[in-house]
Amino acid sequence: MKKIGSKILTGPYIIWMIIFTVIPLGLIVYYAFTNSGGAFTLDNVVSIADTVNAKPLWLSFKMSFEITVICFLLSFPLAIILSKYSKNKNSIIVMAFILPMWMNFMLRTLAWRLILLNNGFLNRAFEIFGLNSVYLMNTKAAVILGTAYDYFPFMLLPIYNAVAKIDEDVISAARDLGASGVVVIRRIIFPLAMPGIISGITMVFVPSMSEFVIADMLGGGKVYMIGNAIEQAFNSGYADIHLGSGLSLSLMGLIVISMLIYKFFDKGEEGHGIW
Amino acid sequence: MNRGYRQIRVLAVICLSVFSLFLTSCSTRQEDLSNNIIVFNYGDYIDRELLGQFEKETGIHVIYEEFLTPEAMYTKYKNGSVKYDLICCSDYMLYKMIEEDEVVPIDYNAMEHIGNIGDIYWELSKNFDSQNKYTVPYFWGTVGILYNTEMIDYVPDSWTQLWNEEYKNNIIMQNSVRDSFVPALILNGASINTKDKGELRKALKDLQKQKSLVQSYLVDEVRDDMVNNQAVMAVIYSGEASLAREYNENLEYVVPKEGSNIWMDSWIIPKGGKNYDGAIKFLDFICRKDAAQANFDYVYYSTPNEAVLEDIDDEEKEEDNAIFPDEDILSRCEMFKYLGSDIEEFYNRLWKELKVY
Amino acid sequence: MVKKFTEKFYLVFMFVLLYMPIAVLIMSSFNASEKNKAVWGGFTLSAYKALIKDEIIMSALYTTFLLAGGAALIATVLGTLLCIGMMNMGKLFKSTMIGIAQIPLLNSDIVTGISLMLLFTRFTDLSFGTMLVAHVTYIIPYVVLSVYPKIMQLNVSIYEAALDLGASPLFAMRKVIIPDIMPGILTGFMLAFTMSLDDFSVTYFTKAPGINTMSTMINAEYRKGIQTEIYALSTIIFIVVLIVLFIINRRSEKAFRIENERV
Repeated sequence: MKKIGSKILTGPYIIWMIIFTVIPLGLIVYYAFTNSGGAFTLDNVVSIADTVNAKPLWLSFKMSFEITVICFLLSFPLAIILSKYSKNKNSIIVMAFILPMWMNFMLRTLAWRLILLNNGFLNRAFEIFGLNSVYLMNTKAAVILGTAYDYFPFMLLPIYNAVAKIDEDVISAARDLGASGVVVIRRIIFPLAMPGIISGITMVFVPSMSEFVIADMLGGGKVYMIGNAIEQAFNSGYADIHLGSGLSLSLMGLIVISMLIYKFFDKGEEGHGIW
Repeated sequence: MNRGYRQIRVLAVICLSVFSLFLTSCSTRQEDLSNNIIVFNYGDYIDRELLGQFEKETGIHVIYEEFLTPEAMYTKYKNGSVKYDLICCSDYMLYKMIEEDEVVPIDYNAMEHIGNIGDIYWELSKNFDSQNKYTVPYFWGTVGILYNTEMIDYVPDSWTQLWNEEYKNNIIMQNSVRDSFVPALILNGASINTKDKGELRKALKDLQKQKSLVQSYLVDEVRDDMVNNQAVMAVIYSGEASLAREYNENLEYVVPKEGSNIWMDSWIIPKGGKNYDGAIKFLDFICRKDAAQANFDYVYYSTPNEAVLEDIDDEEKEEDNAIFPDEDILSRCEMFKYLGSDIEEFYNRLWKELKVY
Repeated sequence: MVKKFTEKFYLVFMFVLLYMPIAVLIMSSFNASEKNKAVWGGFTLSAYKALIKDEIIMSALYTTFLLAGGAALIATVLGTLLCIGMMNMGKLFKSTMIGIAQIPLLNSDIVTGISLMLLFTRFTDLSFGTMLVAHVTYIIPYVVLSVYPKIMQLNVSIYEAALDLGASPLFAMRKVIIPDIMPGILTGFMLAFTMSLDDFSVTYFTKAPGINTMSTMINAEYRKGIQTEIYALSTIIFIVVLIVLFIINRRSEKAFRIENERV
């Protein structure tokens, strides 16, 4: 009776996860390895190597990489600067930078559509300043921009949390010993912020990999990512659940593998939450 | 400690209020579950006020759901997790569903206003519903080019204009499998219903060549983008074209001289629907003169409803070649046929190849 | 001096970049121009009047909050119970549980949505209930990963002392454990709520007919032409968020001050 947690408390969660996470995953696996006749086949899983699927997969990978890099490059300096301005974790200035996250994701994407359209806000502004108009809408650049904007807070927050935790004394000690600003950032802040950076990269890279709506809204049907291929498999009239499941499974496998490789290079950083 | 306790209380209050909200919403939904119909239609393809009016008149609640393309509709329907009572879709998809025995015959005798649908539209319907047994015509039209007269000083009355380098980045194509292949197939002298894989491949090659000129592949957004002067020309359905012209007087619609696609959207009652009588009542309501009139004014596509057509004077008909095409245009147009699952799958494959190109 | 200036400049630059899209939405909501929102056509409030009357948007708003509130609540309860229950479990059990909790995180939204769709279409009809289930499943990990660290930091001896002093386990739990992990629970709830509000993919695949959340509604409506009501909606959401954050901030600053004074 002295034990605090009793096993029963974990029951509801475990049952829930079995019914709604494990079984559905099992269904995906089942569909992925069968054809419409119900017979075993590897075709669906292997079809990820087919050019019509491999190309969007590679595109997704490249774009997610670029999105992650952009988010990181923009948020790392911002996190450092913010940590100087705010001693309190919830300070208004930090809030100000993550507030856009609470705007609905569709609204944010819609806003970029307004900005990037051929005669949208950006080109109107360019016109006023006498610059040539740019065709950004319906290009990869537009999708990258929109996605990076959407996921930016997911990069900023964990990095900021990690940087804010760094003991100021450590930094001033380094400075007293003659370390320059660059050295402080490279040798102290960067390694100590690593757990946050890792969470940030995961939180941005994984969802960008399977993104399909942003590509749809800002890519004008010209940017075809692996998410679009999966979505189309489920929505293409002859309802290819099997192909769609196969592709989903492959995508999932690839993400898990890349996360494992990534964890391997960064072992020993336990206990950092997602934020 | 005290603070923590207060927080629990706050949380508890939130819990209770959310749950009570949840429960009330559930119970209200359950009440009219017995007397509603689930209607599945294209986006923005009905005057929504009619749904309320119908409910007021008959007491039948309409659960209204929209889809983007016929293919997406078919998938959702086939999933079987929603029991649709009425679906409105295009010719070739209806043909497929009739072929696959997914539909229920419509009891026309139970409909008071079915006589409003003109004979020629029943004739047209025979393309996909050979015995006139399963469908009720809703709207019809052609596929053509909508262009902005401020940006182009001649009439682009040929599909070849879609390959004109001059309009690079200023052409909008339809983001729908069959429609997007129409221009290329017709230019190559093939039928839009060809089952010849070589001809289809050849069309794909042309479309791939065109891709660098295309600004975007869109469905419902085409109209808005054209109204906003985003592009010089777009492949578009006639109904959408006339609606776009309401908002922007510089837009004109033309059916290319090489010929095009004539389409018809009709209602069917799919198998598995739970409220057949309700569905029939809704169809009858949609055919009734006042409802059809309101709907025509809102949707502004070519209507097969003679009672509505009677009231439109010849002048208006002549003015708008998009929704009132003349005989000459119609004679060059062909209707889509369902090509069988093999070719459908092939189309899907080609479509993907175009998208990743 | 230069460094200080660069920092300030960067801060302002990022601020402008992040708020530009929101500013564009808000400006568009007041713009009377019918064709192109990038051209100023005069000031109008008609979008706001239309918004209040727009049943499609209003019901989507209602559904979104009902769904997010309900799902976040269920997820918080389930996740917190798991974490409390896990306290005295073996290491293997813990890591398995945390591992399972991470599946929906790694499993991009689209796969979560599709796998649930496959489950639902096989066994039941889609309804508000299935959407709720889908959302709970999608957001549970955020609760677990917020509460779990707090559980790990918990001082078990206080709880044991309470028991020794004659408190019933339930009473001790309520008086000792829950208050200690409350910040984690609240963070988890907020996070779960936010993720649910913002979700598109999971809802898109598991959505019942005639029911839309804000995301799926906007995704369907924006295609049909300029929907100024949607821009008006974004202004209102922005203002609400601003107020809520301001209140949270005021309260937490107060708490922060009190804590500091105690120290």
